Amino acid sequence: MKVLGFNRIITALALAFTLAVSPQAALAQEGLTQDDLVAPVPEPTPAEVLESIDPVEAADVADPDAVAAGSGAYEPMAPTPGKGMPAAAAFDVQDQYSETGQFAQGLHVGLVWIMAIISLFVLGLLVYVVLRFNKRANPVPSKTSHNTLIEVVWTVVPALILLGIAIPSITLLARQYETPPEDAITVKAIGYQWYWGYEYPDNGGFEIISNMLDDEEARARGEPYQLAVDNRMVVPAGVPIRLQVTGADVIHSFAVPSLWFKLDAVPGRLNEKVLRIDEPGVYYGQCSELCGARHAYMPITVEALPMEQYNAWVLAQGGNIAGAEEEGVEADPSLVPEQEPESAVPGAPGAGAAPVDDVTA
Amino acid sequence: MATTADSFQAHTDDHAHDHADHKPGFFARWFMSTNHKDIGTLYLIFAIFAGIIGGAISGIMRMELAEPGIQYLQWWAEFMGGNADFDTALHMWNVFITAHGLIMVFFMVMPAMIGGFGNWFVPLMIGAPDMAFPRMNNVSFWLTVAGFVSLMFSLFVPGGTGPGAGVGWTVYAPLSTTGSQGPAVDFAIFSLHLAGAGSILGATNFITTIFNMRAPGMTLHKMPLFVWSVLVTAFLLLLALPVLAAAITMLITDRNFGTTFFDPAGGGDPVLYQHLFWFFGHPEVYIMILPGFGMVSQIVATFSRKPIFGYLGMAYAMVAIGVVGFVVWAHHMYTVGLDVNTKMYFTAATMVIAVPTGVKIFSWIATMWGGSIEFKSPMVWALGFIFLFTVGGVTGVYLANGGIDDVVHDTYFVVAHFHYVLSMGAVFSLFAGFYYWFPKMSGRMHSELLAHLHFWGFFIGVNVIFFPQHFLGLNGMPRRYPDYAEAYTYWNEISSVGYHIMAASMLLFFANLVYAFVAGKRAAPNYWGAGATTLEWSLSSPPPFHQFSELPVIEEHHDYHDHIASKDEPATT
Repeated sequence: MKVLGFNRIITALALAFTLAVSPQAALAQEGLTQDDLVAPVPEPTPAEVLESIDPVEAADVADPDAVAAGSGAYEPMAPTPGKGMPAAAAFDVQDQYSETGQFAQGLHVGLVWIMAIISLFVLGLLVYVVLRFNKRANPVPSKTSHNTLIEVVWTVVPALILLGIAIPSITLLARQYETPPEDAITVKAIGYQWYWGYEYPDNGGFEIISNMLDDEEARARGEPYQLAVDNRMVVPAGVPIRLQVTGADVIHSFAVPSLWFKLDAVPGRLNEKVLRIDEPGVYYGQCSELCGARHAYMPITVEALPMEQYNAWVLAQGGNIAGAEEEGVEADPSLVPEQEPESAVPGAPGAGAAPVDDVTA
Repeated sequence: MATTADSFQAHTDDHAHDHADHKPGFFARWFMSTNHKDIGTLYLIFAIFAGIIGGAISGIMRMELAEPGIQYLQWWAEFMGGNADFDTALHMWNVFITAHGLIMVFFMVMPAMIGGFGNWFVPLMIGAPDMAFPRMNNVSFWLTVAGFVSLMFSLFVPGGTGPGAGVGWTVYAPLSTTGSQGPAVDFAIFSLHLAGAGSILGATNFITTIFNMRAPGMTLHKMPLFVWSVLVTAFLLLLALPVLAAAITMLITDRNFGTTFFDPAGGGDPVLYQHLFWFFGHPEVYIMILPGFGMVSQIVATFSRKPIFGYLGMAYAMVAIGVVGFVVWAHHMYTVGLDVNTKMYFTAATMVIAVPTGVKIFSWIATMWGGSIEFKSPMVWALGFIFLFTVGGVTGVYLANGGIDDVVHDTYFVVAHFHYVLSMGAVFSLFAGFYYWFPKMSGRMHSELLAHLHFWGFFIGVNVIFFPQHFLGLNGMPRRYPDYAEAYTYWNEISSVGYHIMAASMLLFFANLVYAFVAGKRAAPNYWGAGATTLEWSLSSPPPFHQFSELPVIEEHHDYHDHIASKDEPATT
């Protein structure tokens, strides 16, 4: 019997080993070699096709009022130093440019004080005990082993402090989860290995593909390296945006610290949250869920524009203005190139392909 | 103690001491061991070995992060046998963070805490001759070693964009399924299977031992707090690890057999994996820290020469932490798209844990209050533990807030937080326990001077490494990044300087070990004096190969603190 048991274990281990290095696994691996990861040149994405359309020309055919109100051709906004980006040697969270962000920052400041006071209180007690009750200062130890009153106090007081934290904390959650109004503009951020795509379903459904700029180009454009992208996610400022986030291949996370916003891009799920950016500006973020080799090289750049300029940008991309039908404003459909299906699974623009040749530079 | 008839256990010798100390030959003793002390020693040696590798990997990481850009990864990719294109270099980074996490959690902290100190001192403290299942104890150890070998093997086989598993210690699907082709991830997962099986066996062994093999008169409420901590930990292991085993088995079948547990294309859900993982993962963090709580309790009482303050509160605080630890897991998943009510619940439940943890911190301070404190090396490490664990604890309360987490989730703030509770909490308690019991285990005194220098170097080093990481995280630097925006350079540089200080202090630790074995004084049975009152101090240092051939009896007048004192020197009240 013993021998049989032993044989079984050996067989099971051998089986497990075979399975782990099974031909299927090996084959599957061959299907995705280094070369394959880099080789396929992504077909021109809708965004790239759109770029080939002269924005002024595209804007011309649109509603003249909209163009007059906006600046016409879209120019990427220059970032304001220190706004919407990390600061050198900084201690604290970035300045906040959304309403919930500012509320959260208030809670954050309160929590930092509580953390500091509790840590210093414990440190103070330890220092006192070390000085007062060391062997030299107190040669004969007391025999106290309990004191019900103080035990109740140090259970109840922390519980009350936590209750004090919980109230604003729950309020913050409730505010973060307010549902966007029905007419809010929807933007859909899609995480790919390793770049972001931004779809505008309310504006004609075009998708912007956003790759990181390399070091030199970022510097040339006066933007921070590792945070700047070629095509930004452009949104209107001052109005609620229904931001939907999903992943095409693995889990990514859409995060912008200066907007107090982070939402995972999970394949098969459509996460949604409202985002309202107080003022126009450029706000940088980075992918915040481990997603493979170039996890660190798929930043997020959000550019918030006044509504008219946003509309002009939309028209320049070949999209149409949300709710335009009622207002009779519409881009010429013949100029809007055909969009890929909105699904992000294989077939979506460049999914799974390396976005740029090399970002080492 | 009924054991099977092993040749070395023949009870025929008239000389009681001789036969208790009759050891088997080298191979039988160390490779087929059934002796809890030898297995404990094996675990400790293994944990130190794994810790050197895991610590060296963190050195590689801090080197790379000392300045922006990619400096060394290309070289490492070539060294590990990959082709050196850019993606392979970046893949190496993910392999390093994965290996560092898995090694430190499963092959350093857990083996040292539970396998090492648990095996050595649970039987000694409860007055038992050995563990309940000595042979199974040996199986636990060698399964852990096999797991480590499997993890090391995974580093040299293809794992997608390069050799090794680059999926993070959390092994999130679908990055770990469709996102990582090649056998590396399979071997890493299999490593967790093996280590997990070893831990489950160990947990059953500890539960059985503690429930059935306590010396006559040692009721549960007279057990030393270290034994309490291991008991609670064993229950957490027993309940949490099977869930991990299930989750990673589903990963294996998703990877190799076409199931779609975590693949939305087949009706699965990647978030399901995260729920399963963290249902294990959160109790896991208490598994890593609870035995540390126990050790610190013993040490603080010993060197204050006072019984622990609020013994029952301390014991049941650990039970409460264990229970509540099972219902807070989703605070690791605040950004996956939980609904608002779920997030509110997990925010509130998570904060509740701060209450029993606070009870423990204050009870340790109250134990010292009125004491006559001697600052021997274990005590300074325990004091360091109490303060640094408090810092890690308050940042934990900060992170518990689901709304706040939207800015710090997956940033260096989280890295700083869990290193304060682990690399300063768990590791400080490990060093405290090591200096407390090393002479008991080896029979040789270490150098107090070197141990104190080690403490100060390590204390300064880890604080310089990890405190600035709070700032990086608040300012937005995501974790698991080999490269970063220029703005993050300043604090990263400082953090990397701290690593050198920490590493230098570790040289003192190894120097101290060498010193102890070469020139250390022989240790007396109770080398810490009057404050040390648990049963291990009634034995020689090192204890005989088989101890308590005559079971110690815990009399009526002995309380939870004093297990040795005779009737004429009554125990404390």
